[in-house]
Amino acid sequence: MSVLTPTPVKAAPLAAPLAPAARLLPALAAVYRAQLARAKVARIPLMFVATFQSVGILVMMRGVVDSGDNPSARAVVAGSSVLVVAFVALNLLAQYFGKLRATGGLDHFATLPVPAASVVLGAAAAYASFTLPGALVTAAFGSVLFGLSLAHVWVLLAVVPLAGAALSGLGATLGLLAPKQELATMAGQLGMSAALLLGVLPASHLPAAVRALRDLLPSTYGVDAFAATFARHPDWPLVLADLTVCAGVGVLSLVLATWSYRRATTR
Amino acid sequence: MSDAPLPCCSVRGLTKSHGEILANDGVDLEIRQGEIFGLLGPNGAGKSTLVRQLTGLLRPDAGSVEILGHDVVRHPDRAARLLGYLGQESTALDELTVALAAETTGRLRGLTRAAARAESAGVLAELGLTPLAARPLAKLSGGQRRLACFAATLVGERPLLVLDEPTTGMDPVARRAVWSAVDRRRAERGTTVLLVTHNVIEAETVLDRVAVLDEGRVIACDTPGGLKAMVDGDVRLDLVWRTEPPLEVAAVARLAERAERTGRRWTLRTTPDEARELVAAVTTGPAFAALDDFTLATPSLEDVYLRLGGRHQGLAK
Repeated sequence: MSVLTPTPVKAAPLAAPLAPAARLLPALAAVYRAQLARAKVARIPLMFVATFQSVGILVMMRGVVDSGDNPSARAVVAGSSVLVVAFVALNLLAQYFGKLRATGGLDHFATLPVPAASVVLGAAAAYASFTLPGALVTAAFGSVLFGLSLAHVWVLLAVVPLAGAALSGLGATLGLLAPKQELATMAGQLGMSAALLLGVLPASHLPAAVRALRDLLPSTYGVDAFAATFARHPDWPLVLADLTVCAGVGVLSLVLATWSYRRATTR
Repeated sequence: MSDAPLPCCSVRGLTKSHGEILANDGVDLEIRQGEIFGLLGPNGAGKSTLVRQLTGLLRPDAGSVEILGHDVVRHPDRAARLLGYLGQESTALDELTVALAAETTGRLRGLTRAAARAESAGVLAELGLTPLAARPLAKLSGGQRRLACFAATLVGERPLLVLDEPTTGMDPVARRAVWSAVDRRRAERGTTVLLVTHNVIEAETVLDRVAVLDEGRVIACDTPGGLKAMVDGDVRLDLVWRTEPPLEVAAVARLAERAERTGRRWTLRTTPDEARELVAAVTTGPAFAALDDFTLATPSLEDVYLRLGGRHQGLAK
């Protein structure tokens, strides 16, 4: 007859039992839900700002870019749509984590038995979700303004989460690593400005050095994937390749953000 | 092995410096299970630094911390599974409603959604927060927000509660709700509480034992009564003058040299006999005409702190 051995005791025999820790997915869901609820209080006005900014850029660029299916019109519409994601996921998330770190708000999470990935991924996913309506509105308005086809606008349903993962991971990392809240805000703003300048202007018009910089920005691949779908017969393998790069960068940047969270909470 | 019950928290030689400043200098403490233990001291005494090391937020430079038999210096992640912590900041919860702040905190403490929701509703009812459940913390008054954060600390039961100035900004009703909730948990579940405070009145009324911290060191540790017995026999005389003190009165002139003077308020710690004589001197003639108010009181923990060599006047009265 076999005898069941008890689970080894982790600490001294006298030690009290430990309460169970929160598991990754339920904790992630709880953080996501709480962050979405925050939108009602604080984020809806900012969503308007993000969308309004992108729509403004579309109107402005209409003055210098011809209507009709051409590379510049595609770049402007795709770049403006992804800019909404950069505004919220990169800029606002950098500010959120920067504030939490600066004011001691991270202590709340750090004294709960919750995996670092749950906090970072939950917040990142929520911020990326906020951007979907704004990105869709911008894409629809831009397509009408520039006379582009709306047939494949659904591809945003892949572009927003994938570019959102990459940009929110970057935003969270900037916010968590910045030694001061002001630096987190500045880094977020700079990141968004880069996404604006390098995303909205057509790559073919940029000097080689700037084009190299553009290739380093995670949002670029989202912009390129979306821009390619305005063609009557999109080059789907190319779209898929761009989205795959987006996803890969997304995973890397979220891993980096999780590492930054651990670093910020254990001092 | 001894038969003594396991202490809830045992701290030995804890040392932590922030750059040049020694925030904790060889702190030793033993907190028993089921007691309400206080850390008392002025701002900058090292209370929060000590608490941050107990909760696994800060790694000590030297020394050990054991909570219910677990070494939290070596395993800081275990602290979160042993204690509930109420810090001084609410930024992580500010934009959530009171109900969602409590429920989410419970879920992050490992409860299922149903359990977190049920416990959260129970705690809000217990603290009288149900009418505010749907309001975001950021829209509440300071005291209400603090009470909501305290509610979040209680969801997901823990054998040790670490509360850093929990009643700051609260009205008397909210304070009572906090202390009733603490007492109930202690009576029903043997919960231990570590309370950080610089409120002397609160310390005297709710604590079983108190450690007095000054410049990073524990300068005394006993029951509030035991500590006060150290200055037994002394009384505190407070005099408040209407305008300028009448220094031409000999007794007042002598007093001027010894009293601690804060504007028109003079404070003197002395024997009851001398206090009686002084009261007689200042409640007659020209001194009485210049006197606005006076109080004669038995010693408080503030007097203990000063007698023990505390070098700061930062304790609230």
